[in-house]
Amino acid sequence: MSSNEQSKPKSGLFSKENRKLLADPFNMQNPVTVQVLGICSSLAITVKLQPAIVMGVSVLVVTAFSNLITSLLRNLIPNRIRIIVQLVVVAALVIVVDQILKAYVYDVSKQLSVFVGLIITNCILMGRIEAFALGNTPWKSFLDGIGNGAGYAVVLIVIAFIRELLGSGQLYGYQVVPADWYLNPETGTGFYSNNGMMLLPPMALIVVAIIIWVQRSKFKDLIEK
Amino acid sequence: MDINSNKYTYLFSIVMVVIVAAMLSYAAISLKPAQDANIELEKKQEILSSINVVVQRDAAGPAFDQYIKQSLVIRNGKIVENPTQPAFNIDLAAAVSQPLETREVPLYVANIDGKEFYIIPMRGKGLWGPVWGNLSLEKDGNTVFGASFGHKSETPGLGAEISTALFSGQFVGKKILNGSNFVSISVVKSKTSSEHEVQGISGGTITSVGVQSMIQDCLAPYIEYLKTVGSTVAPAPVSADTLTAEVSSL
Repeated sequence: MSSNEQSKPKSGLFSKENRKLLADPFNMQNPVTVQVLGICSSLAITVKLQPAIVMGVSVLVVTAFSNLITSLLRNLIPNRIRIIVQLVVVAALVIVVDQILKAYVYDVSKQLSVFVGLIITNCILMGRIEAFALGNTPWKSFLDGIGNGAGYAVVLIVIAFIRELLGSGQLYGYQVVPADWYLNPETGTGFYSNNGMMLLPPMALIVVAIIIWVQRSKFKDLIEK
Repeated sequence: MDINSNKYTYLFSIVMVVIVAAMLSYAAISLKPAQDANIELEKKQEILSSINVVVQRDAAGPAFDQYIKQSLVIRNGKIVENPTQPAFNIDLAAAVSQPLETREVPLYVANIDGKEFYIIPMRGKGLWGPVWGNLSLEKDGNTVFGASFGHKSETPGLGAEISTALFSGQFVGKKILNGSNFVSISVVKSKTSSEHEVQGISGGTITSVGVQSMIQDCLAPYIEYLKTVGSTVAPAPVSADTLTAEVSSL
């Protein structure tokens, strides 16, 4: 399985090819907007920036290390139980991440609730392990994991930025819309009110759709024939 | 060795499971103290919020020591003199499943600027999972001073609204006794008509009913004790009508 790749000449740690592994998932191969994976969690936990960032980082850590570990084991894993082995690797990492969040960022871990556990079922993970890590060297797999995790995190953060700003007038919990802009029914001053729709999951879907729209009109290659 | 043989597959699975199990146990055990500290602080924070002391989680420890003067264990209306475990450590979920007579439950006595309050922790069932809360009573052992509620997994926007101030604020000034009878506080659908009722949440009926039976069930073991402490402050119990008049005139 891996005899071919090992006979290739060694390339530098950040050769052009390896940089591409890191950069592609941000745009042309973005797991959320192009491959449309991991959509459920990107709808559920993007109401505010802080949980979105924590979730993004958690997924990044899990993709990177599950890719690395699977790639290290790739010549040892019996073919018939490889999906089970991948699941065990991912599940173990997710449990560790969950435990760490509970110990050090308790409030955020309460907001994320089941979604940390559900990282296990995030299609990005199994997709990258099965499609990439099983056939590539550990370093490349690690980079691919970081790239995909970061690609997911970036989309999450963009959605959360828009939703928190328009939905609660805040960013990362800090009020950014001036308090005296708000319409006050008693005094009749102000003109602004938060868009409550933004706090609901359907608007996350619409925000994702707008991001996909903008991306595809800029990069015409992404449009399906 | 052929990595696709049965023997190898079994061997691989066994080794993998043992290694992963050992790693996870290590992670769980080494992070347990930090997690428990968080849970303890959160519990203190919730207890304090029922007497309207709102603190950040980090500050909950010192604030708890500052305001909570006594932690008692109550069984069947009487103080347990030498409890097997401190009041704070009592697992309420296990306690409320026991019959009323043998139930040992915690009671916190708070002191804010010289005024005493009794805080009763509660736990019950909502629609999807447990609901819990803390109810604080004034020194007369009858009038509610404050309440806070929490839940594990009630429906957002419906049952989950019990944790908002809009719901818990209704409890302030309500009474749990009518004369010397324990009547608890009901969560009703229509407009509230007495000082023993609060308005439930539309669309959250099962959660509201859960809160009602939680209050009923969790207050019961304290009633005799509250009557004893109440009788030392309040004059002879007044009839409900006079109390309503007093409340409305406030």
